[in-house]
Amino acid sequence: MPKIKLPTKSPRIDMTPLVDTFAVILTFLMLTTTMKQPEPANVDTPFSISEKPTPDFNTITFLLSTDNKVYINFDNGPDTILKYKPKILAEMGKNYNVTFTDQELREFEKYPSSFGVPIQKMKEFLDSKTPAERKALQTGIPMDSTDNQLANWILFARKVNPNIQACLKGDSKTAFPVVQKVLDILQDKNVNRFSLITSLEAVRINLDEIQQ
Amino acid sequence: MAEIIQEEKSKGGKKKPKTHIPHIDMTPMVDLMCLLITFFMLVGAMSKAKVMDLILPERIKDPTQQQAPRIAASRTLNIILGPNDKVYTYPGNVKPEDYNNLPPLTETDLSANGIRKLLLDKNRMLARRITDFKEQVTAGKIKIPQDSVQSAISKLKKEDDTGPIVLIKAYKTANYGDFVNILDEMNICGIASYMFTKITWYEDKMVEQAAGITPTATPTASASTK
Repeated sequence: MPKIKLPTKSPRIDMTPLVDTFAVILTFLMLTTTMKQPEPANVDTPFSISEKPTPDFNTITFLLSTDNKVYINFDNGPDTILKYKPKILAEMGKNYNVTFTDQELREFEKYPSSFGVPIQKMKEFLDSKTPAERKALQTGIPMDSTDNQLANWILFARKVNPNIQACLKGDSKTAFPVVQKVLDILQDKNVNRFSLITSLEAVRINLDEIQQ
Repeated sequence: MAEIIQEEKSKGGKKKPKTHIPHIDMTPMVDLMCLLITFFMLVGAMSKAKVMDLILPERIKDPTQQQAPRIAASRTLNIILGPNDKVYTYPGNVKPEDYNNLPPLTETDLSANGIRKLLLDKNRMLARRITDFKEQVTAGKIKIPQDSVQSAISKLKKEDDTGPIVLIKAYKTANYGDFVNILDEMNICGIASYMFTKITWYEDKMVEQAAGITPTATPTASASTK
């Protein structure tokens, strides 16, 4: 019987189609992933079992930092399809006698993360170019009974966009009185539905274990 | 990284101009792309935060319309979030008149053996019914569209009349994490009716007695908004 000769050269696989497909998938994933914008305050959200995803638009998010400051964010970032961010700012400015130029309104629309600036400092905030300057102006939204700007933000946000939904994003270590205060202000403005932003955690309960 | 393959010399010795296209070894590129795709897929799946809904009862601004909700004291369980991640519970209700004779608080914590055990104990029937229902759905014994599972569970909750009515309150030194955790416990244990209410001054006093805090007269944030 003749010996079967094994080919000495390993077969070559043409990887071009594979690379093509990978390139397409990679491009798609890179474009669809929205990178998280750095927030003015670091917040570790608490865990819950809720699996409901965060809504992408029509949201007003209150960021409650550990040092008891409150920041606001509309629609989780800059790209509002509905373009109501500048309208809210204009209304807010009218109420406090601050007029914003078109450029400032555009700057506000583009601003990617939460802001915690008193309305009197807002002009300065939008005109400043460096992140360090902006960071220095982020002192939290005032919400005392004498100067309750947070209540006005909620009022005008709901006036401009009636479908807006209130989300609360707090750190696990945020003191409760701040949360209570924000909830109180919201309830004063007849907002009774809230979404608490949490991270997902899996929990399994075992009833038989707890039988005794 | 290009690997050019040289064709073996033919035996005849006659040299032909080589028309072969050089092969490029794409394996490292494929490896790298694989890694990048995995990374972006994971980032895309993980970065999305979740939300938990909380609905508070509408506030009645007219003081003449305000009245305490009428709920059975025997089914009521009060949960007070205390300092240092501690949780205090007491059953029934307390009237402001008996502030000299306040009921003792049971101290527990937010772990699986603490408040969850207590809640499941009280909510056994409903919790059992919900778990059975979920198991039957996963096993395929009940044919139900995935969308209506939630509404079927909420119907089970609505029909229940044995489980506790939980009132959640927070002492001023509690933190937001505790608040979310306790609401989460309500979802885990399938409590049908729970409500978040403001802490009363006598409950403040009860917590202070139980935790050994000397009462301070500092105005809290919740008091100043009134």
